[in-house]
Amino acid sequence: MLEHAYFIPFYPLIAFLVIIFFTRWKEKLSAGIAISMILLAFVHSVFVLIAMLGRHGHPLELSMPFIEHPALKLELGMWIDGLTAVMLMVVTIVSACVHIYSLGYMHNDPRWSRYFSYLCLFTFSMLGLVIANNFFMIFIFWELVGLTSYLLIGFWFEKKSASDAGKKAFITTRIGDLGFIVGLLILTFYVGTLNYQEVFAKVQSGAISGGLLAAAGIFIFCGAVGKSAQFPLHVWLPDAMEGPTPVSALIHAATMVAAGVYLVARGMTLFAGSATASMVIASIGLITSFMAATIALTQNDIKRVLAYSTVSQLGYMIMALGLYGVDLAHGHHTAGYVAGTFHLMTHAFFKALLFLGAGSVIHAVHTNDINFMGGLSRKMKTTTITFFIASLSIAGIFPLSGFWSKDEIVASTTGHPFFMVVTLLIAFMTAFYMFRLCFLTFTGEPRDKERFDHAHESPKTMTGPLTVLAFLAIFAGWVGLPWLHHGFSSFVYHDVVHHAGPNYVLMIVSTIVAVSGIGLAYAVYYKKAISADALADRFKLLYKISFNKWYIDEIYDAVIIKPLLGFTKVLWWFDANIIDGLVNLMGWLTVKWADLKMWFDKYIIDGIVNGLGYICMAGSWAVKFMQSGSLQFYALMVMAAAIGIMLYRVTSIGFYFYLIGLVIVALLSVLVKMTRSDRVDAEPNIEG
Amino acid sequence: MLQYLALAAILFAIGVFGVLTRRNAIGILMSLELMFNAANINLVVFNKYIGPDNLIGQIFALFVVVIAAAEAVVGLAIVLLLYRNWRGIDVDHINIMKW
Repeated sequence: MLEHAYFIPFYPLIAFLVIIFFTRWKEKLSAGIAISMILLAFVHSVFVLIAMLGRHGHPLELSMPFIEHPALKLELGMWIDGLTAVMLMVVTIVSACVHIYSLGYMHNDPRWSRYFSYLCLFTFSMLGLVIANNFFMIFIFWELVGLTSYLLIGFWFEKKSASDAGKKAFITTRIGDLGFIVGLLILTFYVGTLNYQEVFAKVQSGAISGGLLAAAGIFIFCGAVGKSAQFPLHVWLPDAMEGPTPVSALIHAATMVAAGVYLVARGMTLFAGSATASMVIASIGLITSFMAATIALTQNDIKRVLAYSTVSQLGYMIMALGLYGVDLAHGHHTAGYVAGTFHLMTHAFFKALLFLGAGSVIHAVHTNDINFMGGLSRKMKTTTITFFIASLSIAGIFPLSGFWSKDEIVASTTGHPFFMVVTLLIAFMTAFYMFRLCFLTFTGEPRDKERFDHAHESPKTMTGPLTVLAFLAIFAGWVGLPWLHHGFSSFVYHDVVHHAGPNYVLMIVSTIVAVSGIGLAYAVYYKKAISADALADRFKLLYKISFNKWYIDEIYDAVIIKPLLGFTKVLWWFDANIIDGLVNLMGWLTVKWADLKMWFDKYIIDGIVNGLGYICMAGSWAVKFMQSGSLQFYALMVMAAAIGIMLYRVTSIGFYFYLIGLVIVALLSVLVKMTRSDRVDAEPNIEG
Repeated sequence: MLQYLALAAILFAIGVFGVLTRRNAIGILMSLELMFNAANINLVVFNKYIGPDNLIGQIFALFVVVIAAAEAVVGLAIVLLLYRNWRGIDVDHINIMKW
């Protein structure tokens, strides 16, 4: 099974093709095909994981050369190691849950089959991305992921906001992808191959180093910035909430945004080769994480809070990976790599759970705004319990999976005091906003009675995946328990296995931070001991900045979009007046020139031709009278000619005499004939 | 010899005059015969005085007589047709082949 792991991405691809080409009109069948294919992929992934566990994470590479050239080597291939196996599991599990969940969530949707085919294509792209063994292939699947996310975010394209969000996601990530491709070009130019292991070998042997390596690293990281919604390209992710909620879950947990983190983890050797690049990565991660956490504090849209929470958690992972790179560049092996990938996995489960739970809530009350919710725990038992589990997990409460991974992230900041302080602050904010969301949604009195009355627990197809994911949100983290010496850390090792032992001080500190965050949320939103409005008034400026998402969209609008539009208007004016003016002037001149030539043709050329014709006519008019039809006149002419010739022979003047005589005879004949033209000529009498 | 040549010249001049001035088509034909005969006289005279040993000139004259007879036939046929169509043979009236 392991040798054929490359087949895993093909299951969903087959489902996609079959649905698109054959079973589009049979909705139930389409969904069945999609789900069964995903489950097949899942089963295969399980076998791959077991096989990999048997090999202790020893990697396997299969590849098929595509272009072999000394200056450039491209190939199609797969690279399976611990990280790949874990990612395959995560992607297939979350995707399968989302597929099943969609059965309930998307019922009665007119484009049901298309929806499932897109989900399959999305899963295919992500699986291909995970399994790739070179940067070229990862880029292809990277773009496929971008395309399918565009299709799915804008799935309800009748809604303008949805189609806009799709475009925004596509264009924003494309900016990052530009950086990615520049980075790849640097690599191809200086390394000549895009195969991971060959690139890493070259990096370690120093074939590419210094500023060039930093540039390549930072440019490739740009791609991750776009895909993983890192500052300053994070703006698309909250807007991507316009897509169907299961799609949001898929994007946020397993596919789209995970791709960026996966890329950073996968290219770790490359990034770690340059302390500068690693520091950039860590800083971007920290800034993103902090900013998104502050924004999430004040948002009222349930999905938007989760979206910013995702951005914040992704920032965490990126930061941890970046710090690992920094430490590695200085020769230390720290927990950052394991922390980043570990958090990627646990986050996938509990964030998928959160989104699917939010989808369940939205399904019940038909609104995203938490101001219209409240007290839903009385009606939606399963959803409430699973949502609280996920929230506890993301807040980092012992012994849920989020606790272990977050702990490792905090541990990875050891040696970087500033990072550690901010990380703990973010952890506090995370606990606060997640429980603000929980309390406002599920507890207290219903704020919208009508909606509350119509609310109901979602169907089994939706609660089932919630339950599965809730188990994972609790237990998935246990594979990375610090007491396990051959757990997650030794499985996804990178470079040298680093195993961080249990750090009880950190555990206690992070637990205190998380509990105090939850406690504050409890006090404000459950007990109402502290008024939220009073707090907002007290810190009006901070509240406004947070509520308006740091004005990033507005800044982009003012700094990039407005000037761009203005510039295009100037260009349009230039086009309409200068370019078109020139073109029209040339046209006008051509017409005038043609007019001139026409006049010349008509009067000069035609005049010459016609003039010659007139001269000929006039001449012939004068001469025609010589042909009088009179026999005796002709005879006379013959005589005259004969006499002339004879005279010419005898005297030298004969020739002139002949000519003059001829002219005189002609004139005479004209005169004679004209004077005699009154004579009535005999009419021919044709009787036979 | 000069007398013969002068006779021929006079005869020819009379023929030319006749051709150019007669209005009657028959008259023109008759004047033409005069011109032929003037030429015949010349042929015979030159034969007699320049090369009496061969008879080329005389034979030529005989040919001319024969051809002239044929020509007269054709000419008279034309005149006859003219008369039938125009009821007259005045050549002044017969000028339809002009411009």
